[in-house]
Amino acid sequence: MKEFKYVITDPEGIHARPAGELVKAAKAFECSIKLAKDGKVGDCKKIFGIMSLGVKKDNEVVLTFDGADEDAAYEAISKFMQEKL
Amino acid sequence: MQVYNGKSVFGGIAIGRIYVYGKGEKQVKRERTQDPEAEIRRYREATGTAIEQLSGLYEKALQEVGESGAAIFEIHQMMLEDDDYQDSIENIITTQSVNAEYAVAQTADNFASMFASMEDDYMRGRAADVKDISERLLAILQGTQEQGIRAKEPVIIVADDLAPSETVQLDKDMVLSFVTAHGSLNSHTAILARTMGIPALVDARLPLDETVDGMLGIVDGAGGMIYIDPDEDTLARMQKAREEEQEKKELLQTLKGRENITLDGQSILLYANIGNIKDLAMVLQNDAGGIGLFRSEFLYLEREQFPTEEEQFQIYRTVAETMGKKRVIIRTLDIGADKQCDYFQLEKEENPALGCRAIRICLTRPEIFKTQLRALFRASMYGKIAIMYPMITSVKEVRRIKEIVEEVKRELDSQGVAYGNPEQGIMIETPAAAIISDLLAREVDFFSIGTNDLTQYLLAVDRQNTALDEFCDIHHPAILRMISLVVENSHKAGIWTGICGELGADPELTKEFLAMGVDELSVSPGRILPLRKAILETDVSEYKKNRQKKW
Repeated sequence: MKEFKYVITDPEGIHARPAGELVKAAKAFECSIKLAKDGKVGDCKKIFGIMSLGVKKDNEVVLTFDGADEDAAYEAISKFMQEKL
Repeated sequence: MQVYNGKSVFGGIAIGRIYVYGKGEKQVKRERTQDPEAEIRRYREATGTAIEQLSGLYEKALQEVGESGAAIFEIHQMMLEDDDYQDSIENIITTQSVNAEYAVAQTADNFASMFASMEDDYMRGRAADVKDISERLLAILQGTQEQGIRAKEPVIIVADDLAPSETVQLDKDMVLSFVTAHGSLNSHTAILARTMGIPALVDARLPLDETVDGMLGIVDGAGGMIYIDPDEDTLARMQKAREEEQEKKELLQTLKGRENITLDGQSILLYANIGNIKDLAMVLQNDAGGIGLFRSEFLYLEREQFPTEEEQFQIYRTVAETMGKKRVIIRTLDIGADKQCDYFQLEKEENPALGCRAIRICLTRPEIFKTQLRALFRASMYGKIAIMYPMITSVKEVRRIKEIVEEVKRELDSQGVAYGNPEQGIMIETPAAAIISDLLAREVDFFSIGTNDLTQYLLAVDRQNTALDEFCDIHHPAILRMISLVVENSHKAGIWTGICGELGADPELTKEFLAMGVDELSVSPGRILPLRKAILETDVSEYKKNRQKKW
């Protein structure tokens, strides 16, 4: 299992559009990818789950990757977070 | 006459019949079924159809409003495919042995109320998305797909709220304006209306009954008003306003794509001033030749810590890529004086206008400056970026900047990070810089005159202080002489000069600036086409012959 901590810099937080992009990116991998904020956990492959966390700018989120292709997923998703969020 | 006040989404005046757009309330009955499996199959088929429809709408919206407006339909597809949403519907069907319609409606209510209870306004607005996708499913299941507009002539669409899919499906040639009784300025509908550029209001709180439907209506987009069954005076007044607006719009449209060239063949660049990446659409709509002043402050203001290099890089890159081959002049941070940021922890000053601001912060705290320079140099790979340094008073400062730039380049080299080679220029906004502009011209690629600060420093008048209005002559001969001197000095050194202050857009001075040989005017996007018109109608040599030089 791999973990990635990140503080959101996008002024609008994870709103609908980036949530959609995140789901699209996450679905490319087999492993489970979860996003946690303040103890609440959402599945990165489910758009409602991500949106319902209400992640805003300056929130710290923790992503966990668990499964066969977790290394590749970690690479791609952490890059996505840094560039887009 | 009834009058309602709403929030303005987009300006302009529309006059026409009102068409109340009803969703045709879908009645959903709870029916028990003997065959839940069949209901699940029906639901799955409906989902497939809905996704097909949405990808069609995505393509349509892509054509009409571009990628950012179309993205919502991709998101709607994901929502339909969301496991939690699907599981909830199938669960209700199986455990309660009910029809698919009921399960969809029930799930929609549950998910919508989850969003409606969130703290954030934007997320609360997403309840509408859940309803939108669920209504699409219901319409497919019930075989009652959306109706179009049943009207013979273009109408003002009035609705409770419009789902994004409804706005896109409407036949645009039939729509004069959108007015919704509810809805927010953040709704996708508002965004779409803005992109379409038609008058629109949200949250107008008007009834959707026979007192409105079919009546003559007037929407005053800029004023945020809708008049229903207007009296004669109002109608006459608004008709006149609409005609004037129409004439102006048509005239300006004919100016798009034309060069800024005078009757006697002198050309000038017309660029746009912007303060945020959100203004880019306005820049393109108004046919600016480039961006003459991109204020980078918005990256620093309204936040609690310094923006990272990566954050800045992404934004500069986006602007550069969007503008393509057109020049984008980005001004390095101009914090201080009237623009304050707590996390900079600047000392309190007796006289901030003459204090530690802009380049003075950058030179005393190079670590802040270097981060911005790294981002700018890296982003220069992606377009025609030019960097502009504000508040310069001496050659020494410019040389110090150049040293820092060299350090930044060396660091990027040693880290193997690629960067471009942007033009570098300075703002001429202090009297000192104007007076030694001959010396400064040898050091840089261009000048841009910031007339707002230059005026205030030259006349020793605080422009914010209205009590001093009579002493603040913005056409003061000293200002015009300074501008003329700077232009002359720049041309002698073979570089160019623009004006990016408010004076640049002053129609009384356009001819004078052309006569002085100013190379570029940078103004707010809305002023570009009117200025182009003035330029096309000017004969500079004729003006020079007859002008009485007041300075």
